[in-house]
Amino acid sequence: MFEGWDAVVLARAQFAFTMSFHIVFPAFSIGLASYLAVLEALWLATKREVYINLFNYWLKIFAVAFGMGVVSGIVMSYQFGTNWSSFADKTGPVIGPMMAYEVLTAFFLEAGFLGVMLFGLERVGPRLHFVATLMVAIGTLISAFWILSANSWMQTPTGHAVNADGQFVAADWLKVIFNPSFPYRLVHMVLAAYLTTSLVVGGVGAWHLLRDQHLAGARVMFSMAMWMATLVAPIQILAGDQHGLNTLEHQPAKVMAMEGHFQSHKDGAPLILFGWPDQKDARVKYAIEVPKLSSLILKHSLDAPLAGLDTVPRENWPPVPITFWAFRIMVGLGFLIMGLGLFSLLMRWRGMMYQSTLLHRFAVLMGPAGFIAVLAGWITTETGRQPFTVYGLLRTADSASPLAAPAVGSSLIAFIIVYFAVFIAGVIYILRLMAQPPHPGEQGPSTNIPARAAGITPAAGAVEGAR
Amino acid sequence: MIDLTIIWAFIIAFAVFVYVVMDGFDLGLGILFPVFPQKTDRDVIMNTVAPVWDGNETWLVLGGGGMMAAFPLAYAVLMPALYTPMIAMLLGLVFRGVAFEFRWRTQKARNKWDIAFAGGSLVATLAQGIALGAILQGIHVEGRQYAGGWWDWLTPFSVLTGIALVIGYALLGATWLVMKTEGELRERAYHLSWMLLVAMLCAIGAVSIATPFLAVQYTQRWFAWPNIILTAPVPIAVAAVTALLLRALGDKNDHQPFFLTLALFALSYAGLGISMYPYIVPQSITIWQAAAPANSQIFMLVGVSILVPLILGYTAWAYWVFRGKVRPGHGYH
Repeated sequence: MFEGWDAVVLARAQFAFTMSFHIVFPAFSIGLASYLAVLEALWLATKREVYINLFNYWLKIFAVAFGMGVVSGIVMSYQFGTNWSSFADKTGPVIGPMMAYEVLTAFFLEAGFLGVMLFGLERVGPRLHFVATLMVAIGTLISAFWILSANSWMQTPTGHAVNADGQFVAADWLKVIFNPSFPYRLVHMVLAAYLTTSLVVGGVGAWHLLRDQHLAGARVMFSMAMWMATLVAPIQILAGDQHGLNTLEHQPAKVMAMEGHFQSHKDGAPLILFGWPDQKDARVKYAIEVPKLSSLILKHSLDAPLAGLDTVPRENWPPVPITFWAFRIMVGLGFLIMGLGLFSLLMRWRGMMYQSTLLHRFAVLMGPAGFIAVLAGWITTETGRQPFTVYGLLRTADSASPLAAPAVGSSLIAFIIVYFAVFIAGVIYILRLMAQPPHPGEQGPSTNIPARAAGITPAAGAVEGAR
Repeated sequence: MIDLTIIWAFIIAFAVFVYVVMDGFDLGLGILFPVFPQKTDRDVIMNTVAPVWDGNETWLVLGGGGMMAAFPLAYAVLMPALYTPMIAMLLGLVFRGVAFEFRWRTQKARNKWDIAFAGGSLVATLAQGIALGAILQGIHVEGRQYAGGWWDWLTPFSVLTGIALVIGYALLGATWLVMKTEGELRERAYHLSWMLLVAMLCAIGAVSIATPFLAVQYTQRWFAWPNIILTAPVPIAVAAVTALLLRALGDKNDHQPFFLTLALFALSYAGLGISMYPYIVPQSITIWQAAAPANSQIFMLVGVSILVPLILGYTAWAYWVFRGKVRPGHGYH
């Protein structure tokens, strides 16, 4: 099997598959960890029972999601070596230390305090427990810092030199870490994680409000989530626009692919809303376009000239159709999320927040939208920087391990089978937990009962109900 | 002049050893799962390690990430050479890792996740042991790349080291249970510890006998004069620790069997270090050839010297929070 296949294509498929599965979990746990910290802080400050109920409710879900993030993440840290050994050899001196710092400053922090956060409330008391929750939340953010810095360096490499062995080495660590695209990517991704979580929390809240408008826990989580969506979605759209302008400056070919601009336009480039990019013919078929709008967005002038892929050698073209469509999916969802936020604001203003079934249905429908947008965004940026792993300097084809196609093909199949079996089971368990309403008497850690029921196992009634 | 490369070799060796110490008993519990078919026993076994397993596995990530950072060439050569065992290990870790949460989320499929926990632990351990054997027996390198086939790792010797590690981790797991449980469960862990200790001594013996027959010559390193002055204390210490371990098991001591087993691991590990030094890929790449440039080493050394003591500190605190015996129905879950 797999004789005659291209080993590099298989390795790329494997990386894309394992990465796509992985990113879903951090995108959720970054936001959820912060949300849990906020809930616990509110509980400590107000002593209102609803907050600790919600904390325990989401903590169970966090535990399952975090576990899946950890195991799928270990896979990623070894895949650089197993499947991309030339890349590892050449970029190890630059990327390696950043990943080592991620482990030292973030992973250990999360893992070290996770046990106490999940199981330790009675053993350490509320204050120290809050510290543990805070450490886990901070850990997830530090992790985002380092891994996005490493990814950004691959997209917009600066501050490096090349040594006699052909390895990239750091000439200036600050320039490596704070490379040109890093601040934009970090802001864009962290906001995306917060939005993703708020949509999930809002969707779950709305689901339970559709059944019982008076459920206190559902009301509180829905309201908090909708505030988040209302406030952050517009900021995210602005941040995305800035990120795009930064990309135009440093990776113009990626923007050309996102826009479907095969041809250069001397006086004002059209914004192609939809169409079918044909890589071979180098044109977008069935294009629906708005004249000159792309120049206005990217250059802030209707008649500004805009270069197309015809200025880039063909062997350096990214796969336009994927980049083009992934980008549209992300942007479309972004505006839908903003729409949800604005709609909820209107209902809030009219005092219909907890009564509008239309709003609740919309929110339930948008529950998974953040995940899809995050995946589409990453697909846009990762396919758009092809055919390079280190942009303009190291080609993807020169980055792979010297492995035979059957080896990579077999492992790819193994990953597909295992991931679908394991992670679908995990998602089902999470959905089951979400299907339960936040228990009004959700066993809080302040009650002095055996740890068995106070920890992350739901109260006995909830467990029975889940089956 | 301090040699940063030697410092880094010790740091990576330390990270891998801490991983073996912390995840060894953890994986061992999975390996022993089939011997404890009762649900209450399994709940207790899971609960002895549930709050800390995630931190334990983070050391594996540090070992991998740290190696890519400090010895990128070795990472780039070893990982493709060990492709199949590495992928098997990662998939094994997926199964056992998710089982920690999943088995509490379902009654119908609980048994399935118990099998995933046991099977995943066994596969991950076997793969680690095989990888170790495959490194020791030598790896075909040309230029800056692995140049062998994708089944080169599979030899009788690597299978032997794989089995040896399974026995070793199982012994760590059994002595951990002696320390963390009570009653009938603890009694059975005692009996298992005896059997596993005998098996482990056989395994150490078998690996020691097989090693001189490898293509890579380690005998010279151990027995040539004057090396023997430095190497002789290792087997002597192994004998001494074994004697202490036998006595501790005889006394039914709580803590000593676990920590003495760790000492046995430490000595075997030191033995490995003696065999391999100064190579990181035996007989083809030395630590200096594989080392990252000095500015990468220094950049990370700053972080390591500040952060690793801190990490060890809060990890110890987490273990302290969950100290003591775990009883049925009083777990953390």
